Amino acid sequence: MTGTVSARGRMKRLTDSAMGLVLLGSALVSVTIVLLIGLFTLKEALPAFRDIGLVRLLTGTEWRPGQDLYGLFAMIAGSVLVTLGAIVLGLPLALGCAVFLAEVAPAWVRAVVKPSIELLAGIPSVVFGLFGMVVLVPMVRGIDVPGNAGFGLLSASMVLAVMILPTIASVAEVALRSVPEEYRQGSLALGATRWETLRRVTVPAARSGMLAAVVLGLGRALGETIAMIMVIGNAVMMPEAATSNPLTIFLSRARTLTGNIAVEINYATGLHAAALFATGVVLFVLIMIVNASARALLASGMRRG
Amino acid sequence: MSTRISMLLFGGILLAIAAGCGGPGEGSGAAGSTSSGTTENLSGELTLVGSTTIQPVAEVLAEAYESLHPDVMINVQGGGSSVGVTSAGQGTADIGMASRDIKASEFEEFPDIVVHTIARDGIAIIASPDVTVSDLSLDQIRGIFSGTIVSWRQVGGPDIPIVVISREEGSGTRGAFEEMVMGEDAVISAAAILQPSNGAVLTTVAGTPSSIAYLSFGYINDSVKTISIGGVAPTPENAASGTYPVVRPLNLVTKGEPDELARSFIDFIYSADGQAIVVQEGYLSVN
Repeated sequence: MTGTVSARGRMKRLTDSAMGLVLLGSALVSVTIVLLIGLFTLKEALPAFRDIGLVRLLTGTEWRPGQDLYGLFAMIAGSVLVTLGAIVLGLPLALGCAVFLAEVAPAWVRAVVKPSIELLAGIPSVVFGLFGMVVLVPMVRGIDVPGNAGFGLLSASMVLAVMILPTIASVAEVALRSVPEEYRQGSLALGATRWETLRRVTVPAARSGMLAAVVLGLGRALGETIAMIMVIGNAVMMPEAATSNPLTIFLSRARTLTGNIAVEINYATGLHAAALFATGVVLFVLIMIVNASARALLASGMRRG
Repeated sequence: MSTRISMLLFGGILLAIAAGCGGPGEGSGAAGSTSSGTTENLSGELTLVGSTTIQPVAEVLAEAYESLHPDVMINVQGGGSSVGVTSAGQGTADIGMASRDIKASEFEEFPDIVVHTIARDGIAIIASPDVTVSDLSLDQIRGIFSGTIVSWRQVGGPDIPIVVISREEGSGTRGAFEEMVMGEDAVISAAAILQPSNGAVLTTVAGTPSSIAYLSFGYINDSVKTISIGGVAPTPENAASGTYPVVRPLNLVTKGEPDELARSFIDFIYSADGQAIVVQEGYLSVN
């Protein structure tokens, strides 16, 4: 009897260590894949960095592959502006949603609203693009500014704002809910109203998590491709204001870094292809910076919490 | 017990993944022997590389040819017209595809290439249905697309800004339009809205008031209006008779005279059946 028990124990330990190895293997494979993709992109982009030069690539505003002009600055500006627009339009909505779900909504409302917001995240981006193309672009075209054809940064920002809403709302909601109940109770016991508690205690306590939510939304916005191609106009030009009102810059057409790759890679050979891979490297670095800052924010939040 | 089963399952999945990764690499080594049969039945492999405009019609032609000659395998790859000429000139592809005239510089680099024009394709100027202008000169079109003409009033319409829609850099249609309409000096304005396919151009023009674009004949439908050039309407008849000015050849390029297999395929394209496919795909027959 004792023999079988110890045999079973040995078998269990063996199973444990084997499972450990298998799981370690899966983790290593994932890391290797990321590394390989990074290295491959970098290797393909090398001729561009060598022949065009990093400075000219990053600061040049002209992109004419036919004449060997490869400047990414207009596209970097396009990506940054459209992301900024999306944050300005989407952030109040997303944070409002998060606060409502975490602090205000009764359980049954939460049970309806939360899955609906999560459903937004599951809609394929080409559907958002289609919606933007047939609904938002004609709407934006109604703004009476010379040269405005509807396709441009504003339409793209509106589409993106909806696309990043679920990311920001759900992460921010988790951050709010992880604030210990004692904080709220303490505040209420001191005579603060619910609004004061929210503004002075809960939100400040969840601040870093909410910031991380915003940064994750930024990363999502920078990487979006197909929906952008469909509504932004794809012109390689520095976005500029059409009238004295600086906000009309958002009616300008632009191209995003992601769109640049997707639109041209089918035809590209030689240096042109290398320049598109270099576009990928720039995007990779931008998103890595954004994600690293999100992690740093989350980590600092946990240390304080 | 159940842990052992799940462990086995896990291992099995990993093995399957590993096997899947190894697969394609081994397979690709087997292909690639070209040999014309000594019997009356042709056999072997033919590679076509180049223009993405010709690619779809070449694929249909290849399929029809393969059903007549089951021992022949035809590979059709994209890459663009320039890639097509270069691959044929260097002999890395049996046949190159170019949806434009071969440039003098290309004949200089590869003096022994032979050009076979298998079809023609007209490029029409299209506008959204609300546009009142219905005829433009080549000079006016050049001005509109380069950005020197910005209002429909400058070409006889109301004072409404013109919205220019174009294809992306590298597109064969854009290349042919630049060559035949824009010429050496004028470039398409950087402010033009770019749409990455013929279909997207059509949809965008149809939905954007006071817009203008250029489009291959094969894609035009009732959702947009066509604009005549110097009084000549963009119809297949006018293109065939040579009065419509913006017609490009769809060319196949071989290094020297084609070998038996390539000759047979090109002859098939020139046959009544082959040209019927060309017309059915929306292009103009060369006969």
